[in-house]
Amino acid sequence: MLTLTCPCCGVTVEETELAPGGEAHLKRFGPGSTDAEFETYMFARKNPKGVHFERWRHAYGCGKWFLAARCTVSWEVFGTYPAQTTEPPAELIAKIKEKRPGWEGWK
Amino acid sequence: MSHRLSSGGRLIDRSKPLAFKFNRAKAKGFAGDTLASALLGSGRTLLGRSFKYHRPRGLVASGAEEPNVLVNLGKGNRHEPDQRATTTELFEGAWATSQNHWPTLGFDIGAINDFAYKLMPAGFYYKTFMHSLEAWHSVFEPIIRRAAGLGKAPTKADPDRYEQAYAYCDVLVAGGGVAGLAAALKAGKEGKRVILAEQTAHWGGRAPVDGGLIDGLSPEAWVKNALETLEGMENVRLMTRTMVAGLHDHGYAILYERVADHTPGDGRPRHRLWRTRAGITQVATGAIERPLAFAGNDVPGVMLASAVRDYIVNWAVAPGQRILVVTNNDDAYRTALSALDAGLEVAAVVDARPAPMGALVDAVRARGVKVLEGRAVAKVKGAKAVKAVEIASHATEGGAVEVIDCDCVAMSGGWSPVVHLYSHAGGKVKWDEAAVMFRPDAAKPPTGDKGQPIAAAVGAANGHLTLDAICAEAGMVGTVEAEAPLMPVWVMPAKASEALKFKAFLDYQNDVKVSDVQLAAREGYASVEHTKRYTTLGMATDQGKLSNINGLAILSEALGQAIPQTGTTTFRPPYTPISFGAITGEARGEIFQPLRKTPMHAWHEAKGAHWEPVGLWRRPYTYPRKGEKHRESVNREITNTRTNVGLLDASTLGKIVVKGPDAGRFLDMMYTNLMSTLPVGKCRYGLMCSDNGFLIDDGVVVRLAEDTWLCHTTSGGADRMHGHMEDWLQCEWWDWKVYTANLTEQYAQVAVVGPKARKLLEKMGGMDVSKEALPFMTFKDGELGGFPVRVYRISFSGELSYEIAVPANMGLAFWEAVNKAGEEFGAMPYGTEALHVMRAEKGFIMIGDETDGTVIPQDLGLGWAISKKKADYLGKRAQERVHMTDPDRWTLVGLETLDGSVLPDGVYAVDEGVNENGQRKVQGRVTSTYYSPTLKKGIAMGLVRKGPSRMGEVLEFPADAGKVIQARIVDPVFYDKAGEKADV
Amino acid sequence: MSEAVSALKGESHVGFATVTEAGVTGMITLRADLAATATRIALAGQGLKLPGAREIVAGDKGRFTGWMSPDELLVICAYEDAPAVAAGLAKSLHLEHALVTNVSDARARFTISGAKADQVLTKLCPVDFATLKAGEMRRTRAAQVAAAIWRSGPEELSLVCFRSVAGYVMGILEVSSRQGGELF
Repeated sequence: MLTLTCPCCGVTVEETELAPGGEAHLKRFGPGSTDAEFETYMFARKNPKGVHFERWRHAYGCGKWFLAARCTVSWEVFGTYPAQTTEPPAELIAKIKEKRPGWEGWK
Repeated sequence: MSHRLSSGGRLIDRSKPLAFKFNRAKAKGFAGDTLASALLGSGRTLLGRSFKYHRPRGLVASGAEEPNVLVNLGKGNRHEPDQRATTTELFEGAWATSQNHWPTLGFDIGAINDFAYKLMPAGFYYKTFMHSLEAWHSVFEPIIRRAAGLGKAPTKADPDRYEQAYAYCDVLVAGGGVAGLAAALKAGKEGKRVILAEQTAHWGGRAPVDGGLIDGLSPEAWVKNALETLEGMENVRLMTRTMVAGLHDHGYAILYERVADHTPGDGRPRHRLWRTRAGITQVATGAIERPLAFAGNDVPGVMLASAVRDYIVNWAVAPGQRILVVTNNDDAYRTALSALDAGLEVAAVVDARPAPMGALVDAVRARGVKVLEGRAVAKVKGAKAVKAVEIASHATEGGAVEVIDCDCVAMSGGWSPVVHLYSHAGGKVKWDEAAVMFRPDAAKPPTGDKGQPIAAAVGAANGHLTLDAICAEAGMVGTVEAEAPLMPVWVMPAKASEALKFKAFLDYQNDVKVSDVQLAAREGYASVEHTKRYTTLGMATDQGKLSNINGLAILSEALGQAIPQTGTTTFRPPYTPISFGAITGEARGEIFQPLRKTPMHAWHEAKGAHWEPVGLWRRPYTYPRKGEKHRESVNREITNTRTNVGLLDASTLGKIVVKGPDAGRFLDMMYTNLMSTLPVGKCRYGLMCSDNGFLIDDGVVVRLAEDTWLCHTTSGGADRMHGHMEDWLQCEWWDWKVYTANLTEQYAQVAVVGPKARKLLEKMGGMDVSKEALPFMTFKDGELGGFPVRVYRISFSGELSYEIAVPANMGLAFWEAVNKAGEEFGAMPYGTEALHVMRAEKGFIMIGDETDGTVIPQDLGLGWAISKKKADYLGKRAQERVHMTDPDRWTLVGLETLDGSVLPDGVYAVDEGVNENGQRKVQGRVTSTYYSPTLKKGIAMGLVRKGPSRMGEVLEFPADAGKVIQARIVDPVFYDKAGEKADV
Repeated sequence: MSEAVSALKGESHVGFATVTEAGVTGMITLRADLAATATRIALAGQGLKLPGAREIVAGDKGRFTGWMSPDELLVICAYEDAPAVAAGLAKSLHLEHALVTNVSDARARFTISGAKADQVLTKLCPVDFATLKAGEMRRTRAAQVAAAIWRSGPEELSLVCFRSVAGYVMGILEVSSRQGGELF
C-alpha cells in the first residue's frame, strides 16, 4: 500500500486516506474541438510500465487534489506537486531522468 | 510409542497440569505445551487424515510448517476448523477433534487403497471435468462435494472480538531467534524505533535446542541477557505470539497478534492485526527443514529430525522409543544426540552420503550408534504407525538389504531459508548451488518509495544455517560443531522404482507424490507455476513450506534442467493463515459500516419505519401501521398527501454552498442550465452532467445572494457532487474565485406537502407563507413556530409544497412540532416510496431510475433545462457526438398498460426480428413503474426508440412465464398536467 | 424556541479510556486567503488567532482556530456564539473573496481521555500518535469516516466528525476503548 506526501498540507499519508483520480495533465477539449481531440481527451489514457503521472485527492485530509510521479513497476515515488499546473515541474523531470535514464519523457 | 519423558522440557511447567479433550477422550498436558506436544506426550501419533486419499497421518513438524495435524478446535460458537496443532498453545479445557474422516480417525471409510489411488493421479480433477456435464452432475460432483473440505465450517456467530491497530517503526524485526534479537539490539542501541515480533510465545528460536555458545554464553543465557537489554529500551517494542504475515509496498507490514488464543473468553480481543509501516524489515525468520522423499514418508511416526529433537528438548516428549535417523547432512545427528541424552534408543543413522565425517558424526558414533553410510530408507513398514524400515543402498532402485525395527523415523533433507517476507514485495532469491538452497539476493531487495531497500535478511533466513555464521553476520562470536556439506537428495533412494515413488510424498496435505510431479512433466508441464496448479503441489493450507523445494527439484530433474532455470513459485502473504476476524477488525454488527442518521432517525425508528438504504443513509421507505402491508401504507401515505398534508424527512438532500465572484460562471459550467441569471431569492431545477455528456445528478439551485448559490443534490450524491465541483475548481479552473462548502448536515429539512400544507404552517405561526409573500420557486428566511428556518417553495410531488430547513440540532424538535401542528389537518409522515410514486405520477425523473450512466438530458425530454445560450458546459461537447444526436435514441415516455396492471421494473419492449446473436430485438425498456393510488392503475416511465413521436402506439413487454404485457405510449405526466396544484 | 441538542446528547463510555460525545459545539468554516491581512484582522476581531499549517491555536474566550487546508480554517467556539462570530467574520471580510458559514450543527465532537487515550485512536486512525504534537490538528479517517483530531488537554484528545455518523463513531470508540483491549 502506497504512501504519498500531500504537497498541500505536507502530511505523509497512506493510500487509504487518498482517492485516486487517474492520469494527470489531461487537456480538456470542449465545444469546437474535433472528434479526434475530444476522443483523446475523454478516453485515451497512457498505461505505462514505468514512470506515470497521476492525480490523487487527499480525500480524508485537506481535501486537495495533487499530482504524483510514480513508477508503476517499483512503486518508487519521484515526487508530488500541487495540481495547479499544466505540466510537471522541471526539477522533477530532471530528477526522473537521472533515475530512469531511458525514460522517454512525460508527454 | 510416543510418551512424556520423566524429566526435562524447557518450555513446560510440570507444576501446572492442564486437562483437555481430543476426540472426546480425556488427555493431559502442561502449561507451555502446544496441542501437538500434549497429544504426542499422551501417546497419540495418529492425529489426522490426508485430504485426497484419507491416509493416516501424524505430526511431521513442530511449528508453523506442519502440514498434517489440523484440528477442529473449540465447541459451539468458539468452534474453529483447521487449527494447526503445532501452533496452538494448550489451555485448560481445550477441546479438539480430528478432521477429514468418517466415521472415526482410526477407521475411515474414505481411505483409499493402493489400487484406487492409482486412479487419482496428477490432474485428476482437470481430467475428470473434461467428461460430460451430465457425468459431473450425476457422478463426480456429489462424490467430490462429500470428500472436499477439511474441518467443519462453524455455524454460529463468533463471540470474540477482534481489532486492528496501526504501528510505525524504523526497523521491524521479524523473528525472535538469535539473529532477530541481535538485529533488534543493534537497531535499539542506535536509537531507532524498533518492533521485534516473534510468532511463538518464546524467544531464542532454534538455538536453545540446537546448542552451541554465543559470545561464550549458552544460548539460553545469551537470550535472557538480550531480552533484559531490549526490555530496558524505550524505543523497542517486543511482541510475542505475533507473526509478520506479509510485507507489502512502501514497507507496509501486516502483523498478526494472537492476543488471547491461549486464554479464550478472558475479555481481551482474540486477535489483533497490526497495520505496520516500517522503514526496513529485518527478515530473521529462520529456516525450515526439508523432508526426504522415500516411500512411506507419511506414515505416522516419520517426522522432521529437528521436530523430533524439539519435542524431546522443549516439551520432554519422546516421539518414539526407538528412533531411526535418516539424513543427507550433519545437522540431523543432533537429533540422535538429543534422543540419546533423553535416554531413548537410536536404531541407526542412515546417511545417504558415502563417507560422512565430522564432529557431530563422530559424537554419535562414539555413543555406539550404528551409522549406515551411503544408505537410504527404501520403504517404511507400517500403516498407522512406523513398525520398521527397509534399508537400501542410496544409489540403487531400492532393493532392501536390511530391515530395521523402529517406531519413529527422524528425517532431514537439509534446510530452506524462510524467504517469504523478503519475496512478498518483490525481493529476489538466488539459488546457492553449494548450500543447495534458495537464499535472498541482497542485490535485489524489495524497494520502497524512494527506491531504497525495505527488507534485509539476517541469520538462517539469509542462508546462514549454523550458529557461528549467524553470530559472525551479527558481529558476535558463535561456537558450534563444524558441519560437512550436505549431499542433495531429492528422491530416496536415488533411482527409486516407480512403485516406491508412488508412495513418496512431497505435499502431505494434498497427497502429491514424486510420481505426480514426474507425470506432470511427462504430460508437458514445464512451468513450475503450472505444475503447482496441475498437481496441487504447495497449494494446501501450509502453502508448500515443506514441499516446494523438493517438488521443484524433482520437476527440474524430470525436465533435465537446473533448479534455478525452473525457479520458484511466487511467495504470497500471509505467511500462515490469519483469521477473518482479524481482517474484519472492528467492522462487524452495528459498526460494520457507517450508518448515517438524520436528526429524526430515532423518531422514525420508534414509529416502526421500514427502512430503505440510500447511500449510507437509512430513510423511511414507509411507516406501516399495525396490520398494514407496505403497499397499503404507501398508498395511504400518497392519498393522504394528495388530499390533506404529508410530511417527509428530506434532511439527506445534499446542500452545497457555492460563493465567489466567479461562482455564477462556475455553475454555468457545472449545470446544463444558465444559473448565473437566476435572480436572488429564486429557485431553479438544474441538471449536472459529466464531461462525457451523461446525467450524473439533479436538484434545485437557489440563489442566496449576489455572489452565493446553494445547490441541492440527490441524497446519495452530496459528497460525490461536492467532490466533482472541487475537482474542476482545483484542477481545471484554479484561477476562478469560487469557494464551496458541503452544508448537507448543517440542516434538517422537512417537506410539508399537500393541499393543507399552508394551513399547517400558518398554524405554527411566524413568517408569512402566503402565495404572495412566498410564491412558487422562491425561498425566504424567517421563523416558524419559534424555529429559525429557511423555507423553499419547491415541489417534487406536484402538490402545494414547502421544504423547510432548520439547524440540525433542532431538527427533531421541529419535526415533532410540525407533526403536532398537523394533527388537525390529518398530517402523516410519508416515506421514500410514496415520494417516488408521486414524482412518477408527475413525470419527474429520478437519477438512478431514469438514468444509468448512458442517458443524456435530451433523452429525458429535458431539453428545456439545457441552455442554448452558453458556449460551454460540462457535457456539451460530448452531447454533440453523432450517437448522442441520433434521432433513433431511446427517449422518455409514459407507459400505460392496457389492462391497468403494473409493468415489472426493467422489462424490455420487443421489436420485430432478431439481432446478430439470434436474440429478439428490443426497442425500449421500463425505467420506473408503480401502482398509482391516485389514478388507481399502473403507471410507468420508460425509454423508447423515438418515443415522443409515437404517442398512442402499443408496445409489447414480455414478462415472466411467457406472459406478454401490452402498454400504450403516453405522456409521462399522469397527474395535473397543467401544474396548477403546486403553484397555489 | 427549542433547545439545540447534539447528535448523542453527551453519551459517554468508560473503558480503559473514557469516550464522550462533547455536546453542542460552535464551529464555523472559514474559506479565504489565509495569507491576507484582512483574514488576520477578521479573526482578531473575534478573538481568534491565525494558525500555521496543520496547527490549532487558542484564542480568547476558549475559542480555537484550526487549520483545515491551505484555504480553510475551522473556528471552534461556544455553540450560542457561533452565529454572531460567523456574522462578525463575514462582515469583516465582506469586501474579500471569502466564505464564512456556520457548521455547528453539521458536526459532532468527541473527547477521548485517560492515560491510554492515544491507544483508542491508534486502533482507528492511520496516524503515528507518537509524533502527534500538542497544537497539531490532524485530519484523517477514523475507521471508515473522516475525522479531525487534536490534543485538547493533558491525556485528552478531541475528535470532530460529521453529525450523521456520530453513532458510528461512538460505536468504534466504545469498542476500541473496552477493558482488556489495551495495546501495551
